Amino acid sequence: MQDSLHQTSTGRSSYRYVLGTRTYSFSNLADVMAKATPARSGDYLAGVAAESSEERAVAQQVLAEVPLKTFLSEALIPYEEDEVTRLIMDEHDLDAFSPISHLTVGDFRNWLLSDAATSDSLTSIRAGITPEMVAAVCKIMRNQDLILVAQKCHITTAFRNTLGLPGNLSTRLQPNHPTDDVTGIAASILDGLLYGSGDAVIGINPATDNVAQAVNLMKLMDSVIQEYEIPTQSCVLTHVTNTLEAIEQGAPVDLVFQSIGGTEATNSSFGFNLSTLAEAQDAALSLERGTVGDNVMYFETGQGSSLSANAHHGLDQQTCEVRAYAVARKFSPLLVNTVVGFIGPEYLFDGKEIIRAGLEDHFCGKLLGLPMGCDICYTNHAEADQNDMDNLLTLLGVAGCTFIMGIPGSDDIMLNYQTTSFHDALYLRRALGSSPAPEFEQWLAKMQIIEENSRFTLNNALPASFAGSLKLAHEGNL
Amino acid sequence: MSDNKTPDIVTNNLWQSLRVYTDARIGLGRAGVSLPTNALLDFQLAHAQAQDAVHTPLDVQVLEEQLKPLAETFELADTLQIHSQASDRKTYLQRPDFGRRLDASSADLLRGRVSEIQSDVDLAIVIVDGLSSRAISENISPFLTELLSALKQDKQEWSIAPLTVVQQGRVAIGDEVGELLNARTVLVLIGERPGLSSPDSLGLYLTWSPRVGLTDASRNCISNIRKAGLIYPDAVRKAIYLLKESRSRQLSGVQLKERSQDPVIDGAETHRNFLIPKPTKPTH
Repeated sequence: MQDSLHQTSTGRSSYRYVLGTRTYSFSNLADVMAKATPARSGDYLAGVAAESSEERAVAQQVLAEVPLKTFLSEALIPYEEDEVTRLIMDEHDLDAFSPISHLTVGDFRNWLLSDAATSDSLTSIRAGITPEMVAAVCKIMRNQDLILVAQKCHITTAFRNTLGLPGNLSTRLQPNHPTDDVTGIAASILDGLLYGSGDAVIGINPATDNVAQAVNLMKLMDSVIQEYEIPTQSCVLTHVTNTLEAIEQGAPVDLVFQSIGGTEATNSSFGFNLSTLAEAQDAALSLERGTVGDNVMYFETGQGSSLSANAHHGLDQQTCEVRAYAVARKFSPLLVNTVVGFIGPEYLFDGKEIIRAGLEDHFCGKLLGLPMGCDICYTNHAEADQNDMDNLLTLLGVAGCTFIMGIPGSDDIMLNYQTTSFHDALYLRRALGSSPAPEFEQWLAKMQIIEENSRFTLNNALPASFAGSLKLAHEGNL
Repeated sequence: MSDNKTPDIVTNNLWQSLRVYTDARIGLGRAGVSLPTNALLDFQLAHAQAQDAVHTPLDVQVLEEQLKPLAETFELADTLQIHSQASDRKTYLQRPDFGRRLDASSADLLRGRVSEIQSDVDLAIVIVDGLSSRAISENISPFLTELLSALKQDKQEWSIAPLTVVQQGRVAIGDEVGELLNARTVLVLIGERPGLSSPDSLGLYLTWSPRVGLTDASRNCISNIRKAGLIYPDAVRKAIYLLKESRSRQLSGVQLKERSQDPVIDGAETHRNFLIPKPTKPTH
């Protein structure tokens, strides 16, 4: 790589690159980062994207020359203005950083791909890398790089089962219903369980978002988990303050949910700050409902949320996204889910952009130590279809994604978008030989949902315990 | 397709019968662990319809024919055809900011009309293609007939601006239209983002004192208006409630919503969770 970092004549730090007769200059580190980002509609909407393919490629050259140390001295959003920046800087561990502290971004890519970067060494540097370093290296990595390095990152979490073990792929059973109808939700839960789904969490997005409704749904899922002794956990994806209130009312809360973003202003627009999350984590821990672990938080993220909240501080959407992972890792979550294609084509235009973003988010989350899953999804106004989802699903399966969604026939009739189906997860089990969480797999065998020692073959007969439930449903007095 | 006649190839699910309780695609059965052909092709058809709803341009000629008798019956001025700053669908999808503002000639057209009328109106009704032209072509005429009839029967008189039809528009474009037409209230009727099972869903947004720059906090929304969703009489009842409340209290949005407990909203009865044995019976 050629030398491309210069001081300008005024002494102001600047990022410049001379290519033939043309000199490219970038106003600051954030500008280099944004322009080095593989093209996507959200960065054009924000007005931060490169203006030409050449400018993007040049920005990548410049970014590759930036020393990792620079990210510790040049905050992209000022320390004084943003509690996420403060979190990142205050929690940074210089000892963990020391083995890679001499590297540039370009060197860091080489190191990550090298044989020196084993699962153990990747774990040991985790506390020494910041989201900005990870976002930067991600921008100069190809899709196969993102897959290979993510595969080396092993992150295990636990509540009532153990998630993220090598060779495992878990699923969130998502039994949403447009009116939160109890029978409708129960029907989707039954469908999912009988297709072997639900070890990551049984998680409902409520149609009516208030505390009373959340408590109803929590009780519904808790009763099913207890009745069938399912080694899994439940979650109602309501606002963190609603969950806190539900806990105060004595509701059976397993996991606390919150959508999070990578800037303080994004999180304010979501109606919480870091202390809210700390309070909620403490409250959930006090219930002591986990049996094999105490990871009690479930976070969702997605590129574009900061721009959507007009809270991106001129950063590109991928960098904002990775900063959200600093928020997530502070609270030792059981699950982090990037909802990659939900936000719409003004942020990720088509299948190609969605696939790239899904791989980026998974890689960046894993490198920072998060149990990263992905809602592999699209809306009907995006240029994407089931084949794009199959591609991303397969790629993330190879990359070792912790969990994906599971929904009847890919069709979320409440949120009006398409995500992965129960069948999709089974495809991946067959294609890649991946298993659900061990406790859950044993339960599936015990309940005769899958045949034992069969490499995930579903039973053709309806398991006896569920035959009774179906009979009850058919008695007609629901 | 012969899926049903080859049970040894396709495993059907007994619990398919539960589909009477939900629109979710449960009990689809499987070929190996994969979707049976029928279920796969049904999905593809639904997705194709949803995509067509997004990309099929609104047929403004046909719509104008539909609106003509309405305008005559309810004594409205001629309908005005206008356009956002998003020149085509691809731009529209990537630049929501362009879809929120009128192009220059449309704004001029409205200014010209207003200078002829020279007075404020109670209500401007703005028809916007949004993300589903099908929602407009299928719902606008019958819905507006019921809505305008209900307004005519109201005790207060409602003066109504000429109807406007906006191409490549987003919800917020109604604010600019309403402001230019000197309307005290604007009602935006827009094609919603199509769901797989609802490619034809109409959304209604109400704003008191519309002006450029307002956010969602100033709007009230009624969603999922269509024959298989929120049916027209129910949607009209809700719309009239919002219109009258907004007019009498001179506000809209969060403040209006928070204080209103609309009794017709979400009257869904609670069903039973059949996964749990009845309390009166011993557990199995």
